[in-house]
Amino acid sequence: MVATTETINQVKTTTDKYKYGFSTEIEVDKAPKGLNEDIIRFISQKKDEPKWMLDWRLEAFKKWKRMEKPNWAKVSFPDIDFQDIYYYAAPKAKKKLNSLDEVDPELLKTYEKLGIPLNEQKMLAGVAVDAVFDSVSVATTFREKLSEVGVIFCPISEAIKNHPDLVKKYIGSVVPVTDNYYTALNSAVFTDGSFVYIPNGVKCPMELSTYFRINEKNTGQFERTLIVVEDEGYVSYLEGCTAPQRDENQLHAAVVELVAMNKSQIKYSTVQNWYPGDEQGKGGIYNFVTKRGKCLGENSKISWTQVETGSSITWKYPSCILMGDNSIGEFYSVAITNNAQQADTGTKMIHIGKNTKSTIISKGISAGKSQNTYRGQVQIQKGAYNARNFTQCDSLLIGDTCSAHTVPYINQHVSNAKVEHEATTSKISEDQLFYCMQRGLDAEQATSMIVNGFCKEVMKELPMEFAVEAQKLIGISLEGSVG
Amino acid sequence: MAILEIKNAELSIDNKKILKGLSLNVNEGETHAIMGPNGSGKSTLSYMLAGRDGYELDNGSITFDNIDLTPLSPDERSNLGLFLAFQYPVELPGVSSTNFLREIFNSRKKYLGENELSHLDFIKFLRKVAEDLSIKDEMLKRYVNFGFSGGEKKRFEILQMALLNPKISVLDETDSGLDVDALKIVSEGVNNLKDKKNAVVVITHYQRLLDYIKPDIVHIMSDGKIIKSGDADLALYIEKNGYSEILNEKS
Repeated sequence: MVATTETINQVKTTTDKYKYGFSTEIEVDKAPKGLNEDIIRFISQKKDEPKWMLDWRLEAFKKWKRMEKPNWAKVSFPDIDFQDIYYYAAPKAKKKLNSLDEVDPELLKTYEKLGIPLNEQKMLAGVAVDAVFDSVSVATTFREKLSEVGVIFCPISEAIKNHPDLVKKYIGSVVPVTDNYYTALNSAVFTDGSFVYIPNGVKCPMELSTYFRINEKNTGQFERTLIVVEDEGYVSYLEGCTAPQRDENQLHAAVVELVAMNKSQIKYSTVQNWYPGDEQGKGGIYNFVTKRGKCLGENSKISWTQVETGSSITWKYPSCILMGDNSIGEFYSVAITNNAQQADTGTKMIHIGKNTKSTIISKGISAGKSQNTYRGQVQIQKGAYNARNFTQCDSLLIGDTCSAHTVPYINQHVSNAKVEHEATTSKISEDQLFYCMQRGLDAEQATSMIVNGFCKEVMKELPMEFAVEAQKLIGISLEGSVG
Repeated sequence: MAILEIKNAELSIDNKKILKGLSLNVNEGETHAIMGPNGSGKSTLSYMLAGRDGYELDNGSITFDNIDLTPLSPDERSNLGLFLAFQYPVELPGVSSTNFLREIFNSRKKYLGENELSHLDFIKFLRKVAEDLSIKDEMLKRYVNFGFSGGEKKRFEILQMALLNPKISVLDETDSGLDVDALKIVSEGVNNLKDKKNAVVVITHYQRLLDYIKPDIVHIMSDGKIIKSGDADLALYIEKNGYSEILNEKS
């Protein structure tokens, strides 16, 4: 009897481990595999794009072909064959959609399984969602309510058509096309993503949110998000990601650009839970993402908060360029790696304006055979008088087959700037585990509690509804790491 | 009825024998005191009971309500109703005391098949229990044992005991580091929890705690064994004459 229960539980935990690992049977519109100018034309045509956008893409493609893959990160993986990837996959729609009712019910079911209620009635919680399924944005909720206050929140493919001046002005202005290999690739083939515009003096009345999902086999997801907040505006933007469980690796190379004008504020939160691969490291998402914000205006502020638990490889450095005087950049990160996952993540804070301030709090948790690297750069450029940075990097090790690394770069060109860096590495102590277990918590509950305590400073930066999800996620991603 | 039965327990750490055939029976409604000089194996006994890694028996048996404890993990033993008040409670940075207490309380309720309390109901309940132990709200907002004074840590242990309502509580040197006032509060807390169905085992070096928590049976432990048992007078005798006389008498 006991043995049977045990088996059932065992099976349950194994299959529960990645609960977003299902895939959806849906008719799909796909471009042929591989990458060349015709594919880019195909994508641009599918999106009904103006010529300037196509030209921009083709130019990026030309540059990409001459670029080299970055190899400085502490991650290893077999060479990616960029001709073996589908660059465009869209759920087949029979006609143009006018409302949610017309969205394929299979698709809505998928989002329901993911816990994203697209249904507007259920959305009274006040989160407006843009859902990106493989390459296209499926539905954007609450659009009308937002447009009443002048906020634009729509798929970027629509913004290119409807707000070309804004897109033209800002796309590539924070992350140049040739910033790195993957940004050039993204610029050539990006298929969708979100666009947010907050006009002068508007505090966005609700949290905006995008949900990304990779469904199709062998597809890459190349989304592009652009957020522009004018003087004294404010927006809080949330981003969540999942993908089905597949044996092949899938590539996700996104670009996110934020622009903050005078006295404006952007809060960008991510819970990344792409499929991490199995225990042996088979399958999983390559998450090669470039995220950067520019504090263009004085007294502006950009904060990045990320909880990274998924992906087989994470390569990601959400950064801030602090141009405006008195501008503030913040980076709060929790990165958890288990089994064979590899993460090389951190931030760059580039201080250009006077009295600019940045704070970096990074919590890395490694378990299994995983590798977890914090890589960060703090640059105080000439003229950034009185700049301040505080960096704290803490690593927590679970077990003795994982590793944690901290690689801080500090370039300081101003004498009265102040840069502080603190780093710690600790192990979950047996004393702590035993103490919690003596009170009746099992090993996994105890670990999750201790780890959540370790991440406290970052978790409290997350919007409430996200924090609860993230807390559970931490527990799930560490399952099986203590025995 | 016996709650806890230890028979001929032998245990070694790093190949050194610490427990050398220890036997102890604790019945419902009883309060036991285990006294002994430093290094007699008192704390080892408490870890062994709680099932800490590395404190497995070489020989002998322990049963709890006639269930063999030896294969059970610390959380399983806790769920059966075994509580250990630590001599040195462990700090959990970042874990709020209130959340921790709610987690262990609800986890126990769940095990017992009882309804978990909502956040609000739990807070009300917690406030009441905490008040009896002179624990202020402010303390419950801090992280578990983090920056607590010695007295606060011990009161927090008893608070957990009160929430979990165990069948048997082992108090390991709970009096160490307490001044007289704190000692009174802690002892009162323990006495209030005591009833005919549960049992308390007090491990202590000194007699003074036993002025407040009255034992039914006092055991003298030395060199990994219980060498003498008696009533409360035995503790008073030790207080007056020290351990040496009994130890000598034994050898």
